[in-house]
Amino acid sequence: MANMSIKKNEMPVQAPEVRNGNFFEVALGYTPEQAMDEATRCLHCKHMPCVAGCPVEIRIPDFIARVAEGDFEGAYDIIAESSSLPAVCGRVCPQETQCEAKCVRGIKGEPVGIGRLERFVADYHNRNSGIDTRMPPRNGHKVAVIGSGPSGLTCAGDLARRGYDVTVYEALHLAGGVLVYGIPEFRLPKAIVRREIDGLKALGVAIETNVIIGKTISVDELMSEYGYEAVFIGSGAGLPRFMNIPGENLNGVYSANEFLTRANLMKAYMADSETPIQRGRNVVVVGGGNVAMDAARCAKRLGADVTIVYRRAMEELPARREEVEHAMEEGVVFRLLTNPVKIDGNPEGWVSSITCVRMELGEPDESGRRSPKVIPDSEFDIEADCVIIAIGTSPNPLIKSTTEGLKTQRWGGIVVDEATGATSREGVYAGGDAVTGAATVILAMGAGKNAAAAIDDYIRGKSKQGG
Amino acid sequence: MYRILKKARLNPTVTLMEIEAPLVAKKAEPGQFIILRVSDEGERIPLTIADYDRAKGTVTIIYQIVGATTQELDRLEDGDCLEDFAGPLGKPTEIEGLSKVAVVGGGVGCAIAYPVAKKLHECGCEVHSIIGFRSAELVILEDEFERASTRLVRMSDDGTWGDKGLVTDALKRLIDGGERYDRVITIGPLIMMKFVCKLTKEYGIPTVASMNPIMIDGTGMCGCCRLTVGGETKFACVDGPEFDGHLIDFDSAIKRAAMYSEFERAARERTCRLMNAGVK
Repeated sequence: MANMSIKKNEMPVQAPEVRNGNFFEVALGYTPEQAMDEATRCLHCKHMPCVAGCPVEIRIPDFIARVAEGDFEGAYDIIAESSSLPAVCGRVCPQETQCEAKCVRGIKGEPVGIGRLERFVADYHNRNSGIDTRMPPRNGHKVAVIGSGPSGLTCAGDLARRGYDVTVYEALHLAGGVLVYGIPEFRLPKAIVRREIDGLKALGVAIETNVIIGKTISVDELMSEYGYEAVFIGSGAGLPRFMNIPGENLNGVYSANEFLTRANLMKAYMADSETPIQRGRNVVVVGGGNVAMDAARCAKRLGADVTIVYRRAMEELPARREEVEHAMEEGVVFRLLTNPVKIDGNPEGWVSSITCVRMELGEPDESGRRSPKVIPDSEFDIEADCVIIAIGTSPNPLIKSTTEGLKTQRWGGIVVDEATGATSREGVYAGGDAVTGAATVILAMGAGKNAAAAIDDYIRGKSKQGG
Repeated sequence: MYRILKKARLNPTVTLMEIEAPLVAKKAEPGQFIILRVSDEGERIPLTIADYDRAKGTVTIIYQIVGATTQELDRLEDGDCLEDFAGPLGKPTEIEGLSKVAVVGGGVGCAIAYPVAKKLHECGCEVHSIIGFRSAELVILEDEFERASTRLVRMSDDGTWGDKGLVTDALKRLIDGGERYDRVITIGPLIMMKFVCKLTKEYGIPTVASMNPIMIDGTGMCGCCRLTVGGETKFACVDGPEFDGHLIDFDSAIKRAAMYSEFERAARERTCRLMNAGVK
């Protein structure tokens, strides 16, 4: 008989007033007892709705059954069949809109804590087992992957398991993409990312850092001079958007990308870091997505009073509910229905305040969200010595502009066949934020996975023809 | 890892290094830059490509010691390795269709101006180089400029080398003397470039300035290097580093360049103390 508790097992976390002063991980993870208890809440529905909600189709009820039996390694093997990055997904996936949204237990009470169980299983495995160093047999075909974020790593891992010689090209000095430059340590410890990448290297994946495809090497050169039979573009959506309001180039105004890159990738939060970051007293973050939450919570940890300014209301905040709650608990102030119109500076060129207007919500727009309208004569100032703009990012144009015949949308996203990730260029595939614009880690992983299967089909088909 | 094949001190605070980086050397063009990290955990800093040798697979950088990272870089010697060296980044200098150009360099900016002058000269363009330094002991690349220029004008603030005065004075003299340039290319301190551009605007001579703002990734990802050009925000790393000098908002660029000057000063003092302790 299943455990019929209507609540999930609570996730132990660091107390808000403690964690808002450190960069250690917020959530501490289940104990084996908690995990086994949570696992018994699964009803093992025959039609497995949760699996349909997972972009990489992890066999969720099967792994949960192993957890309930205490066979945690068995559970890990099941997850690893479908996911290249289980410890990452267990932490950053929006399970509440994916697998857990489909969970039957969610109809009356809370769904099974699938994300928490995935995280537990991955952490258990990482703590108790070494990296599997068995390399799959090689098939002699070469594939290049551009970008070492979630889509690229997934694609590389899946291809390496199929025997391909895969090289991942990364523009920065460290592999991981948004997992290392964007998502902060307290949400996703970098040691976990490193461990997952070491696992891929053990599968035979080569990672070349400091290579900017489109500058150092072009896509065409990869396919001609370097002899790759196929290329997967997973270059992400790294180009920050600004609001184009007066004062945006004042000192102390950051894109969220810059602020987070300084803090995470360059570890500017550590006292001995060589990378400077402004430790503001009053930080205003503009935007309501996960990136805005990350930036706000980083700024809080660096010692600032932090205000999030968002032009719609609470219900429209695009960030995960859990991130919003965590931010609030940590003391981040939310000023909703508020939109900046200009940033004001002092004579030395530093931010001094941000001028905002109040908004009200009108009719739903094409995105289904109620569109905000300015309330006339509602201008007011918020004092600020640092402003972080977190209103979204677009795909980087470097590859588009240097790869002839690669079709893109007007806004920069690469045009692909949705099922396979095939682009307008033969042998060139793409996926993740480079195609969709800024989305989630797991969607990018799903795209990487599909593209890996399609690349495998493509190269096999070609070899057959050739042979 | 990227090996240092040659290190040469050009003046008391400016050093040249030839780095083994075949992939970068293969694609490098004048006007482009690289991003390096000296060691793990180190800062990413952009440096303009001063020269390259495709056959040898090397890229030359010239840097001035300004902060902790350039100080750390300067402690390395021949045979040592840099942790990271990525590029070439940014757009190359546009030289097509030019037949007579004034290249105006100031201080360590001459290191960046030199490959531009050299390339123009190689392409058969008439190159007038005007290079200025604070004083004689800070002069770099004099012979190189001599070889890469049809005419070389030397200027120093204190008159210890060449003529006493500013590069703008020399440029004005040449223009007033009847020289007609298709373009002026200027690289150096922001304040110098601001006044070069102001001068050439009066004469209506198209002018390009090479900007070297603070950067992190160098690929358009962070927006740290943004500038206001013709009222629009541009990223120096991907849209530049060269821009129409008559459209750049130099005053805002000067303020942005000072953003971390306090931090740099503190870092310099901190490392100095550490070094001193090490010596004792």
